[in-house]
Amino acid sequence: MANSKTPAQVVAAARSQAKITTPELIEHLFDDFFELHGDRQGADDPAIVGGLARFCGRPLTVVATDKGKTPKQRVAKHFGSPEPAGYRKLLRLAKQAEKFGRPLVTFVNTAGAYPGRSAEEQGQGEAIARCLLELGRLKVPMITFIFGEGGSGGALAMACGDRVYMLEDSMYSVLSPEGFASILWKDSQRADEAAKVMQLTPNALLEHGAIEGVIAEDENDHLSTIEAIRTVLKRDLELLTKKDPTALLAERYERFRKF
Amino acid sequence: MKLFDEANTVQNKQVKANKAAEKKVPAGLWVACPKCGYEIFHQDLGPLQECPKCFYGFRIKAKKRLSWLVDEFVPWDEDLVTDDPLAFPEYAEKLAKAQKSTELNDSVLTGLAQIADQKFALGIMDPYFIMGSLGKVTGEKLTRLFERATKEKLPVVVFTASGGARMQEGIHALMQMAKVSNAVAKHSEAGLLYIAVLTDPTTGGVTASFGMQGDLILAEPHALVGFAGKRVIEQTMHQRIPANLQSAETVLKNGFIDAIVKRQDQKQTLAQLLRFHQKEGEANGK
Repeated sequence: MANSKTPAQVVAAARSQAKITTPELIEHLFDDFFELHGDRQGADDPAIVGGLARFCGRPLTVVATDKGKTPKQRVAKHFGSPEPAGYRKLLRLAKQAEKFGRPLVTFVNTAGAYPGRSAEEQGQGEAIARCLLELGRLKVPMITFIFGEGGSGGALAMACGDRVYMLEDSMYSVLSPEGFASILWKDSQRADEAAKVMQLTPNALLEHGAIEGVIAEDENDHLSTIEAIRTVLKRDLELLTKKDPTALLAERYERFRKF
Repeated sequence: MKLFDEANTVQNKQVKANKAAEKKVPAGLWVACPKCGYEIFHQDLGPLQECPKCFYGFRIKAKKRLSWLVDEFVPWDEDLVTDDPLAFPEYAEKLAKAQKSTELNDSVLTGLAQIADQKFALGIMDPYFIMGSLGKVTGEKLTRLFERATKEKLPVVVFTASGGARMQEGIHALMQMAKVSNAVAKHSEAGLLYIAVLTDPTTGGVTASFGMQGDLILAEPHALVGFAGKRVIEQTMHQRIPANLQSAETVLKNGFIDAIVKRQDQKQTLAQLLRFHQKEGEANGK
């Protein structure tokens, strides 16, 4: 896919305020969305939105990070960076999807797992580790769309299933370009340079075999982007729901084993 | 007349005298414990490299740990070398240096180990190999360790020490978290035991994957165990965080670790825990 943007421009576009939002995606892609709250362990992280929805008539479970729109929302949601409770909500809804034989679809736009004091105290590492351990063996299809930032382990916890797609203006990396530049060159100002070295654009990641495809995106026409996602999701659900769980899990194992 | 002159008290005089004396003692003979500050004569650290006062385990190379931990050991997969997937500038030199200093091909040592009559698959991460970072070969060696242990019905013990995913390998490093986790899951599904031992420091992508996936999770006293780096947390919070937020003792209190075990007790503890999980009438690995 042709994208004339430089890696630094892709990073800027991935973080742009004009970027398609989680509520837009849910509203236009699905029917009958019913939000489900809480991790059943004492918390409900607003940075993770999850629930039941219908897609082309078929029931499925949707889980997404949400950066929020108003300043108040954005603060409450930690700008889309989930707390441990968010990952525990994801895992709860995923296991529920497995119980009822519903596919799991996740949408990711997060700078990473929330790096705050409370997150450490509540076991951010354990929460992500458990997602990786259990979602890798989830007996229903799991498809992920990274539509903005895909920040490190916090993004991987939601993208450890059967298929991962990225919008044209999105990124997926082991750490932020700023963090990378500050560790490697002791200079966070060199983030643009870092973006290039890191190979975090959708096209580069496709070449590395980390994702299955890149979806065309028009910043000024969100509905056409959503239609492009719909086409891919429809095709993959038809394909993956036909597979028996043993084959599905074997292929998922291989998807990561090759690295 | 001044009755009390602080600068002239006996104690402070001695502090001054000590400072002068310090310069005459050859460097490296005395080391201060980074956790409790206790001054230790270097020979007193012994092969365990353990503070005699607070039992903090100093960061040690994997081969050094191996020397006192097990009775028998056969290494596995010593010849794997990363293909430098991003063709990252100056990475090859960094790798060569790390390989030379640790005598390892990458940041983890793996193999078949034995303590008394207990056989198990063992992984030891090396904090001196590019900060114990999780790279392709680290992930591959650990994945093979769990896969082989699953096949041969062996328990697995992994000593973690890591700054997180290795950034020089980009997305390939991140994918190791999922790759190893899937192998841990299969090992677990086979009903086999996995013990993780978190040593100083265990952070980032290692905490967020196989570090926290053990059936039993042990840690060394005062080891740093956490997800995000201290500086990142402080930038997020716009305030200083307590020094012990990510100490093994705090993580234990918060419910994420089963027990803290001193180095001098580790061999015996591992034998005891492995024995608990031994199927009646059969030795492990048979």
